[in-house]
Amino acid sequence: MSFFRKILLMCLVGFYVPNSYAELTIEITEGIESALPISIVPFAMQGASGVPVDVSFIVDSDLGRSGYFKTLDKQSMPGRPSTAEAVQFKDWQAIGQNYLVIGRVTEDHGQYSVQFQLFDVYKGGQLMGYRMTSSAANLRRTAHQISDLIFEKLTGKKGVFSGRIAYITSSRQGKQSNHKLQISDADGFNAQTIASSVEPLMSPAWSPDGKKIAYVSFEKKSAAIYIQTLATGDRARIAEFPGINGAPSWSPDGTKLALTLSKDGSPDIYTLNLLTRSLTKLTKSFAIDTEPTWSPDGSSIVFTSDRGGKPQLYIMSSQGEDQKRLTFSGNYNANASFSPDGRSIAMVHGNGSDYRIAVMDMATKSVNVITDGRSDESPSFAPNGSMILYASRKGNAGYLSAISLDGKMQQKLVFDSNDVREPAWAP
Amino acid sequence: MKLNKTVLALAISAVILSGCSDDELDTSLTDGTQNAASGINDASTSGFNNGSGLSGSEMSGSGMYPNAGIGPEFSDPSNPLSKSTIYFMLDSSQIQDDFVPVIAAHARYLMAHPDQHVVMEGHGDERGSREYNIALGEQRAKSVASMMKVQGVADDQLNVVSYGEEKPASFEHDEASWELNRRVELVYQGK
Repeated sequence: MSFFRKILLMCLVGFYVPNSYAELTIEITEGIESALPISIVPFAMQGASGVPVDVSFIVDSDLGRSGYFKTLDKQSMPGRPSTAEAVQFKDWQAIGQNYLVIGRVTEDHGQYSVQFQLFDVYKGGQLMGYRMTSSAANLRRTAHQISDLIFEKLTGKKGVFSGRIAYITSSRQGKQSNHKLQISDADGFNAQTIASSVEPLMSPAWSPDGKKIAYVSFEKKSAAIYIQTLATGDRARIAEFPGINGAPSWSPDGTKLALTLSKDGSPDIYTLNLLTRSLTKLTKSFAIDTEPTWSPDGSSIVFTSDRGGKPQLYIMSSQGEDQKRLTFSGNYNANASFSPDGRSIAMVHGNGSDYRIAVMDMATKSVNVITDGRSDESPSFAPNGSMILYASRKGNAGYLSAISLDGKMQQKLVFDSNDVREPAWAP
Repeated sequence: MKLNKTVLALAISAVILSGCSDDELDTSLTDGTQNAASGINDASTSGFNNGSGLSGSEMSGSGMYPNAGIGPEFSDPSNPLSKSTIYFMLDSSQIQDDFVPVIAAHARYLMAHPDQHVVMEGHGDERGSREYNIALGEQRAKSVASMMKVQGVADDQLNVVSYGEEKPASFEHDEASWELNRRVELVYQGK
C-alpha cells in the first residue's frame, strides 16, 4: 500500500467511523472511598433513525472514571424513568443513591436534542436541568459537557471531561519509524493525527487559547519549532537555529514563547516575541538550561539546569533575573509544570534508579512523590488543577495515566498499540 | 558512497502533515447549545517539502558498517574507522578511554580527506525527561566534535545534531539497551 493510500485510508477512517474509533481503554487503578452514589438512568431515545452515540453511557463512564462518583449499574436500577413525573424518589433512596440523572435524546432530521435533569434523591428536588442540541458528530462532546455540568454542580470544581489532550505516538515497521502528534478527547476517544513524520516529533505545547500547538519536529534532520493552527492545519516554522530548538512553552498571555536554543554553545533559555520575532536570552550559564515553563501569572519561569552538577529545577523572573535553585531533594528534578493556580509544580523526580512524578508546594517547598512507576515523565495539569496527566511505562507498553494531586485517585489510559507519551492537557 | 545514496533514495518518502478530521474542536459551551462549525477541520493533507527518512545511522543497529560506502577501510574490522559509535556513561558526556583511538582515527581520516563531512548524532537513554536528554545528547556529540577539532579537523567538516532519546538503537527497556542508546554515531555524508 502506498504511503498516500494509507493517508487516504486514515482520512476515510476519520470520516466514517469517528465515534467507534477508540484507541484507548481506561482502567481505574485507584479511587477514593468517599465517592458519591449516583444513578445515570439510560436516556430514552425518540426519533426515526436512532441515536449513534449512547449519551448516558458516556456520562456514566465520565463520572465513574473521575473517582468522585460511584455509578449504579443498569441492572440494579429500580426503574427507568425519563421524565420527572415518573421518578419515585423513595425507590432510589431505598438503594442508597444520593443523586439521579434522567434524560431523553430526540432525533429530528439529523439534529439531536438532548435533555437531562439532575435530582437530589433525599430532598426529592431537581438540582439542574438542561436542553442541548447537537449534530450527530457532536453527540459525544455533548455527553462530555453534560458530565462537566453535573460534576461542577456536585463537586464545586470545573469538570474536565469535554477537554482535549495532545500527545505523541510512535510506531515502527522494520527500520522505518512513524511519529504522530495527535489530539483526542480527554477520555482518549476521537483521536486525530495533526502532524506525522518519519523523524521524531516532540514537546507539544498548547497556546493559552487552545487554538494552536507549538511542537518540535526533526523532519529536516535537525530540530525546528513549529506553531500549528488547529482549525486550518496551517503552520509556521518559528525557530530553526543551529543546534537545539526545543522545549517550547507559551507565556500565559500568548504573546511569547519560551524555548531552548544552543546556537551560542550550551543550551540556554530564550523568549521569542511572537509578534516582533525578537529573541531575548534569559540564561547564560555554560551548563544545560532547558525545559522552561511560565508561572500562570507570567511573572516567573521555572526551568531545568545542571549548573549545580545534576539536573535540578531553578526559578527566575520572566526577564531572566534572580535565578535561584528551587529543588534540593533527590539527585534529578526536571521538566516542571505549573498548576493552573500557580500554587504547586509537578516535576519528574529521580532517586537514582526510578523516575516518578512529584508535586512541590510553592509556598512551603515541600515535595511529595505521587506516582510509583519506574519511568514516569511529562507531567501536565488538568485545566481545573485536580489531576495530573503523565506518561508511564510498564514492560514494553507506554501509556498515559492521570492522577490526583494527592496521588489517591488514578486512571490509566491504555493505547491498543504504539508508544504513547508527552501528554499535554488542553487549557 | 553508493550505499549512502541508495539509503537516501529509499528515504525520500514524503513526510506528510495530515489533519484528516471531519470532527470539530469546539471548546465553547454556550447556553447548552452546540455549534457544529468550528475546529480542527479537514485540515491540510499537505506534504512537507523535505523528504527524510532512514538515516545511515540506523543501519548500525543491525551490525553493518554504516559508513562502508565511504571507503574500504570503514568496513575492515581491524581498522578503527570501522567503529562509528562512541558510547557514554549515565548522565555523562565524558569520552571514555576506549574510544579515544576511534575518534583519533576518524580525525586523521577527515584531515586527510578535507572534502568529507561527518554528522555527529548525539543520543541518550530513555530515562529522565526528554528535552533534558536532547541537551545531554548534544553535549555528547559536541565532546566528540571538540576532540576532533583539537586534533586539527576543520570546523566545516563537522556537524552536530542531537536526537536525545527519540531514536534508540535498541528498543528494550533495560540496562543493556540503555548502554547501547547512550551514544554518538558518526555518519559520513559522502562526497
